[in-house]
Amino acid sequence: MTWDEMTPLLWEAAGQTAQMVGWSTLFTLLFGLPLGVALVVFDRGGLRPLPALRSVLGVLVNVGRSLPFIVLMIAIIPFTRLVVGTTIGTAAVVVPLTVGAVPFFARLVETALREVGSDVVQAAQAMGASRTTIVRKVLLPEAFPGLVAGLTVTVVALIGYSAMAGTIGGGGLGDLAVRYGYQRFETLLMIVTVVVLVVIVQVVQSLGDALARRLSHR
Amino acid sequence: MWGFLVIQVSGLRKLYGDTVALDGVDLRVREGEIYGVLGQSGAGKSTLLRCVNLLERPTAGTVTVAGQDLTALPSRELNRARQRIGMIHQHFALLSSRTVAGNVAFPLEVMGVPRAERARRVAELLDLVGLSGRGGDHPHQLSGGQKQRVGIARALAGNPSVLLSDEATSALDPATTRSVLDLLKRLNAELGLTILLITHEMNVVKSVCDSVAIMSGGRIEESGAIADLIRTPGSRLTREIFPLPEPAPSGSVTLTFTGDPQRPVVSEAVRKFDVEISILGGSIEELAGGSVGRLRVSITGDTAPALAFLRERGLLVEVTP
Repeated sequence: MTWDEMTPLLWEAAGQTAQMVGWSTLFTLLFGLPLGVALVVFDRGGLRPLPALRSVLGVLVNVGRSLPFIVLMIAIIPFTRLVVGTTIGTAAVVVPLTVGAVPFFARLVETALREVGSDVVQAAQAMGASRTTIVRKVLLPEAFPGLVAGLTVTVVALIGYSAMAGTIGGGGLGDLAVRYGYQRFETLLMIVTVVVLVVIVQVVQSLGDALARRLSHR
Repeated sequence: MWGFLVIQVSGLRKLYGDTVALDGVDLRVREGEIYGVLGQSGAGKSTLLRCVNLLERPTAGTVTVAGQDLTALPSRELNRARQRIGMIHQHFALLSSRTVAGNVAFPLEVMGVPRAERARRVAELLDLVGLSGRGGDHPHQLSGGQKQRVGIARALAGNPSVLLSDEATSALDPATTRSVLDLLKRLNAELGLTILLITHEMNVVKSVCDSVAIMSGGRIEESGAIADLIRTPGSRLTREIFPLPEPAPSGSVTLTFTGDPQRPVVSEAVRKFDVEISILGGSIEELAGGSVGRLRVSITGDTAPALAFLRERGLLVEVTP
């Protein structure tokens, strides 16, 4: 396979990966952030202790975290059909990617929020701040560098998960490497794909690190 | 101004499981005074302070601040009441994500003060604590003393009727402690700010407090105005401020005197009566706005009239039998 033949394939696959990862990152943020906040706020000794609800959420998150992505992707096919109306293609992959990444990101959000000192939270309580104000103006801003770091790790994990998307026809760089590199013995394409993936992950991680460092005022 | 009770705590008990943190505590803090709660760690003073703004909910008892029974308030009203109770913390508890100005503005945001008004008030508060010009810095760029000044400015944002200080100088070196205490003293004098502080350092009590409560084992052992306690026989405060060898030797006399330390009362007694007085130990301290001295002496000769004379001159005379 020549470079001229590879280039369009690579571009197309990279675009699919970007689409899958981009959308699922957005939805993960949308669902994972509140879930992570809930894990902290409803905990014993949290701002609004609701231990029963907290236990249920904790178990759900653990179930989500313990399923290997490739199994999860197949297991939730009925749910995927319900949400996007189809079970194959890039859009269909965004659903399992999101479902897989939400518990992962929620745990990272939980960890980042727990890093915020209890003295700061109590100081805000002593000032008469409501719980919502404390979450909005103390917990989230104080944990922001940690949240950015957590999101970075999540995006990298999503890039990894998205490589399995070929299984349900989602396309992307991982799928390209499997179909051409593995099944058609196109070793050069395999190597190029691997290099591209490595470079993308490097860039994402460095950007995330730089942003987290910039935001931190400790 | 000294009559009105700003803080009134009655019958306060706090249990953590089977552990008794507070065991029936009563506290009365009058408007305009600096009230110190002194005790070792574990004495319950921190729990007591945190019960005053209900960061800890007492197991029993009532807490009244500025005429409002806080224990009876629903959470929304309690939050409003807390906006009028300032608090400063041992480790400052500043938001690292915000600038100095942002930290001081935080309680104003909580109170819903409009932006322009906030900026004006923040500048005013930073000026009050001697940090004008540092508003744009982040807390990590400040020294410990400066951080506590930000804490104080933040605590004063809501024009509180009372300031609670939770070991506010314990993390600071002696010189910085001095300057923060001076600032508190100045705010007390200029704004009439009532301050309730807890500390394990006698020095803090000696240098700024008007009244004191000594705590141990979840109870208040002794409390009152320092000037009164000094004149109370057997006062634990006096013993702790003026450490003399204990127990006092049998027959020795301990004299506590306030006012002008230059007044030659002792030599006057020696001249007037047929007694010999030898000094066993003693010291003089600046306390509650005056000099207070405590002297352990042994008196031989015609002691009874000499002791009567000393009492008449306003000295507290304690004879060890």
